[in-house]
Amino acid sequence: MTIMKNLTLGTAFAALGATSALAGGHACAEGRVSIVGNEFPAIQSVAAAALECAGDTAEANLTADHQKINVAGMTGNPAEYTTAIVANSSIVALINEDVIRSLDDLVAEHGADIPQQQLITVDGKVMAVAFMANAQHLVYREDVLEQIGADVPTSYEDVLAAAQQIREAGIMEHPVGGAYAAGWNLAQEFTNMYIGTGGEFFKPGTAEVSINNEKGVEALEMMKALSEYMNPDFLTHDSNATSAEWEAGNVALMNMWGSRTGVLMDDEGSAPEVYENTKVGGPLTVGDSGVPATTLWWDGWTVAKNISDEDAVATFKAMKAGSSPDILNDETMSQAVWLMEGFQPQEVNEGVLASVAAGSTPYPMVPFQGLLHTALGDNIADYLQGNESAEQTLADIEAAYTAAARENGFLQ
Amino acid sequence: MKHSTFFWFVFPSVLLMIAFIALPIVSVVTQSLYSKHEQVIIVVENCGPFGCTQSTTVDQAATEALRAEEPLGKWAGLDIYKDRNHLAVNEVASAWVNSDGLPDFGRTLMNLPFYSAMAFTLTYTAVVTPLTIMLGFFIAIAVNSVARRLRGPTIFFSLLPMIVTPLVGSLILFWMVDARGILGTGLQWLANDPSLSVKASTPLMWAMLMVYGVWHSAPFAFIVYYAGLQTVNTDTLEAAMIDGASRWERIRYVVIPHLVPLTTFIALIQLMDNFRVFEPIVSFAAAAHATSLSYAIFNDLGGETRLLSSAAATSVLTIIFVAILLSPVLVRTWRDFGTQK
Repeated sequence: MTIMKNLTLGTAFAALGATSALAGGHACAEGRVSIVGNEFPAIQSVAAAALECAGDTAEANLTADHQKINVAGMTGNPAEYTTAIVANSSIVALINEDVIRSLDDLVAEHGADIPQQQLITVDGKVMAVAFMANAQHLVYREDVLEQIGADVPTSYEDVLAAAQQIREAGIMEHPVGGAYAAGWNLAQEFTNMYIGTGGEFFKPGTAEVSINNEKGVEALEMMKALSEYMNPDFLTHDSNATSAEWEAGNVALMNMWGSRTGVLMDDEGSAPEVYENTKVGGPLTVGDSGVPATTLWWDGWTVAKNISDEDAVATFKAMKAGSSPDILNDETMSQAVWLMEGFQPQEVNEGVLASVAAGSTPYPMVPFQGLLHTALGDNIADYLQGNESAEQTLADIEAAYTAAARENGFLQ
Repeated sequence: MKHSTFFWFVFPSVLLMIAFIALPIVSVVTQSLYSKHEQVIIVVENCGPFGCTQSTTVDQAATEALRAEEPLGKWAGLDIYKDRNHLAVNEVASAWVNSDGLPDFGRTLMNLPFYSAMAFTLTYTAVVTPLTIMLGFFIAIAVNSVARRLRGPTIFFSLLPMIVTPLVGSLILFWMVDARGILGTGLQWLANDPSLSVKASTPLMWAMLMVYGVWHSAPFAFIVYYAGLQTVNTDTLEAAMIDGASRWERIRYVVIPHLVPLTTFIALIQLMDNFRVFEPIVSFAAAAHATSLSYAIFNDLGGETRLLSSAAATSVLTIIFVAILLSPVLVRTWRDFGTQK
């Protein structure tokens, strides 16, 4: 299984970083520790260091499908997973289902040294401890922009203008990239764009959706304008496929996750011409709202509710060790924008830091945002393919969301 | 056979069928009739590394009481079946009244997720099932006439598409039809259109999914027919040969009648399988162009907020439609069984 393989790899290098804190590898937490979480280098480092602390019996299941299994795996009593590594979107499902516990007592007793900025509080109760920040931002090819004599774009309008010039100069036929695969990715791009227009997803304080307005149309129209400059297969391109297009040298401008830029800028998988000229910019804007068209994300860990206090303490200690400043070393420093003390920003992190500095909006931690995300992902492709008008698509999204929200008890 | 002997003989199978087939179906039907409790939403302040924001959350203490009262959820009856994400009864009714002629009504219908999924699922089933049966039959005839020494390896290679895991098989095809893949470039050359892309066009995507479906399930039809061919009466074949029947006439009048009951069996299995088309849609990332009922179930369960009742309702609808689809074949089998007695 790839999970196991990745973990062994992760353990191999995290052992380098973590042992120093562990006085020769002795377990630092007594009890059952079982981790479920997403799979990318930064999380692998955290999980490996946590396992090192928790001893031989601890387990980690890191997979891109984590959110399909974490609720089910934490609902039983005792829960299969004692901790889930989540982001600001996926913690919502765990809170909705009431499967994670408040960490107030554990923080008071064992985590007084965790900086306040890492604590995620909901209604005053600590529910998670964040260890990294993430955001989407511009990635561009310096050499291509020099060729057409354009400045680094700061808005999507600039991107369109530059793309037009690149195409006319005959450098690339499809110079714009983006994770526009129908489903989660496409919904995420709309979320960014709609926030960038200054739109609100719901009527304040209610679960009633309100995206069928001129801002929704503006967001969709910008997405369609961008897609004209993308590879015609863009509706099948997720973040992985978009990164591959980039490394193949087919794309010069794209909005991409900060956590993935390290891969684009290293010397593996692409020609020197591509990786040497790959630079990160800040978040892009759309229209004149002044709000960056991106969302801020944190990744952090939680503790399951349905486990014994002893296991909860062990899990807390192990995860705290996994996300302590001790895991930062030359290898891990560039994997993410770490929130721990001692993090020194690297070149690849500039985009995320610029997004934070620009005052971008965090991805909404709203109980029904996930339902809207699913409805967005299922319906936007119809508009981008030219099958229907923007208004019709937005009306479809609202109707699909409303039916789902009614079934889930958010609407009556 | 004595009744008690028969009873004890089938008892273990009946028990397993109840435990693993009947009870799960009962559970799915039950689930589809209940929806979640009304969630008590409160406005709270959330804080994190990016500062504090006003947001909403579910009031667990208040929702807990509702849950304890009715652990199954809120009785919804057929509401979930009738909502817009399933049979969309109200939407269809209003479209019927308001639409401007049949084509307009069709467009409105195809804009509803359930009906567009049904359109693809039914087309897929109607195209792939007969093609699979025909292709499987021809492969079986061809392999059967290969020299005996070469038959083992030939059978093995013919079975490969079925041995390869569906997800892997479809991924390979997915990469090959990419605009820069070997098949994709070949198609561009054939059509003399450098901008042609299978993944960007709905009709081509449908065609590719169906080609994959035939490729994947033809070996099943082949191996069943091949086994059937081994039981064709050689005396009859020789008699036909002596009577001067050509190869085609022997196949038409001796082999095919012998294999008809097998065709019923293959059709039955293939109708069921094809109606549940799922893997290729995931691995071809085809959701923008084609969805199926199984994909809808997957989508309901895969989001950040799981829609268990919605998935259950779609599952029940799938079972009902499979039953409708199979009824002609089942009736035919029943009749054949009756006449044999």
